[in-house]
Amino acid sequence: MQRATLDLWVGFFVVAGVAAILFLALKVGNLGGFDSSETYAVKASFDNIGGLKARAPVKSAGVVVGRVAEIGFDPKTYEATVTLAVSTHYPFPKDSSASIMTSGLLGEQYIALEAGGDEKMLVNGDMLKITQGAVVLENLIGQFLYNKSDSTADAAGAEQAAQ
Amino acid sequence: MMEALLDSIRGIGRRTVNRVSRMGVAARFFLLVFLHSGPSFRRFHLIVREIFTAGVLSLIIILVSGLFVGMVLGLQGYETLQTYGSEEALGVLVSLSLVRELGPVVAALLFASRAGSAITAEIGLMKATEQIAAMEMMAVDPIARVVAPRFWGAVISMPLLAALFSAMGVLGGYLVGVVLIGVDEGSFWSQMQAAVDFKEDILNGVIKSVVFGVAVTTIALFEGYDAPPTAEGVSRATTRTVVTSSLAILGLDFVLTAFMFRGV
Amino acid sequence: MWPPNNKSLNSVSDNLIEIRDLSFTYGQRLVLKDINLSARRGQVIAIMGNSGCGKTTLLRLIGGALKPTSGSLLVDGVDMSQLDQAGLYRLRRRMGMLFQFGALFTDMSVFDNVAFQLREHTNLPEEMIRDLVFMKLNAVGLRGAHDLMPSELSGGMSRRVALARSIALDPMLILYDEPFAGLDPISLGVTGNLIRRLTDTLGMTSVVVTHDVQESLKMVDYVYFVSDGVIEAQGTPAEIKASRLPYVHQFVHGEENGPVPFHYPAPDYAADLGLAA
Ligand SMILES: Nc1ncnc2c1ncn2[C@@H]1O[C@H](COP(=O)(O)OP(=O)(O)O)[C@@H](O)[C@H]1O
Ligand SMILES: [Mg+2]
Repeated sequence: MQRATLDLWVGFFVVAGVAAILFLALKVGNLGGFDSSETYAVKASFDNIGGLKARAPVKSAGVVVGRVAEIGFDPKTYEATVTLAVSTHYPFPKDSSASIMTSGLLGEQYIALEAGGDEKMLVNGDMLKITQGAVVLENLIGQFLYNKSDSTADAAGAEQAAQ
Repeated sequence: MMEALLDSIRGIGRRTVNRVSRMGVAARFFLLVFLHSGPSFRRFHLIVREIFTAGVLSLIIILVSGLFVGMVLGLQGYETLQTYGSEEALGVLVSLSLVRELGPVVAALLFASRAGSAITAEIGLMKATEQIAAMEMMAVDPIARVVAPRFWGAVISMPLLAALFSAMGVLGGYLVGVVLIGVDEGSFWSQMQAAVDFKEDILNGVIKSVVFGVAVTTIALFEGYDAPPTAEGVSRATTRTVVTSSLAILGLDFVLTAFMFRGV
Repeated sequence: MWPPNNKSLNSVSDNLIEIRDLSFTYGQRLVLKDINLSARRGQVIAIMGNSGCGKTTLLRLIGGALKPTSGSLLVDGVDMSQLDQAGLYRLRRRMGMLFQFGALFTDMSVFDNVAFQLREHTNLPEEMIRDLVFMKLNAVGLRGAHDLMPSELSGGMSRRVALARSIALDPMLILYDEPFAGLDPISLGVTGNLIRRLTDTLGMTSVVVTHDVQESLKMVDYVYFVSDGVIEAQGTPAEIKASRLPYVHQFVHGEENGPVPFHYPAPDYAADLGLAA
């Protein structure tokens, strides 16, 4: 085969291969979407983050507006500090609130951002005041059982009192 | 009776020692190829030629297999996910299984049987027809001139082929899931993008395919270079290439997966 | 560096190849013993002998692919057993070897085969390489076949292309391993004449390993007969033809029985057939 034809084919092959890697990175993976230069960082403290992981989506009204950039632990307050990278396309009021939710019953956890009513907007490095930690299923079940036994005990007490 | 038993035990021992010493020779060969790689990078057209034979000529089988594997994943995945009412996760299932495992592994297995066997047969025949000896008599080092360009050509081709395989697979899954069955297009892609991490999944997949490429190519070149210079010797070496490199791919995949995704 | 410094020393000796008391063993097996052989510059010498007597081994020793077990082997005044890899490669640039079936590179055209060494060892511009390749191909009469692939050549043509390839760098010495094997009478004569003519016009020295007595006796200057690892006889073609030595006589005239028996050593024939009393 002629050297030029060979070069052409190999060039085509390499371009296609690199395009495939780019396709995987941008379209299949999450490298696209939010560029870190186009986001502002907002911090929030939670008493419990449950199974939240870095790069989990930040949603508002169900739309992805950012990602969890970093998860840390504050040794003074014993709370989790989560840094959110929110797209600069979506400014939020200063008194917005963040809560950790689960998509579906057993799905992945994400942060739901609820807009407040403040005139001033959040800027890079701000801290969210109002937060709601993850609902841990074990605690919920425990609480439910506890209440149940409590109420049955109450009912029994009431019955006894009546007699 | 006793003698026969002892004999067979001795045979096992001898074969084991042979295997281990062959691995030693192969490792030395690998090192030799590395040390002699300089000249082939200075004459890059030698490598380009080998990218053609290893990469471009494997394109058809890789693209077609990738598409079908993706379509099957789409069908099977849909059937399973549907029972839990989470068809939207189809994109996640298809892309993660392709990018993490099937892409690198299946592409490498196909590569071993398509390009690896061809490399072994070619080098073995060059040896059997005294082309290697002739080259040495012309004061040209066959490791630098014949082996090293093939090594780099194949090692460069492998990750590109694996990426093409995965990309075709995702398209296949999309075709079956979204176009044919009617899973919601938006959630197909967005759930996929939320679940697939560039570093964790895609980069690790690429690293896997590079490792597989190095393993398959080294085995193929070594088997060819080491083959007895007869028709029978070359054909047996070709078979050994496919068997050994398939086992190597699967073994390495387990080790790499353990390191990458479990953090052992 | 040996080429310039030793030049004066080399030219003292008329012999390009000097082999003294050389022995060679493959593992335990003694293949060559006490070989004494020399080739004068500009000569064509032939090494003859029956199959498996060690001719190819001797050729590989001269080419430096094997090292002698004992004895000395000098090529152009250089002791082959003292050379390291780099020195050997430097010497081999001035040597050519014609393999039995040509050993052309099957993935290259005839042109690229002949150009191979020029591209590997020189920095000549492509136009000059083209001229040189056409000159070499013309010398073997195959200029017109330059863009054929080796698979498209006949056996005799392959051999000639290989010859053109081995003279690409104008070597001082060419080694031929059975250049006549499997050739038809015409190709055989053509190849024989070519070896003689190229040796003379390029001022080379040729060592031809062959079975073909009649063809080689026509063109060589000196003949060595090897049998079972030792040199049985030697002499000019005229001396060989006149020789009364039984081995040489058997070989030259192709007789079935003589010092080289027709039968491989075997037990009694009758016993093997189960007819023993
Ligand atoms: N690589 C090898 N290992 C062991 N023995 C060999 C090897 N090559 C050749 N021999 C043996 O050495 C002897 C001489 O072989 P060779 O030089 O090829 O003979 P020929 O005269 O036919 O060219 C033969 O008996 C052959 O069996
Ligand atoms: Mg021979």
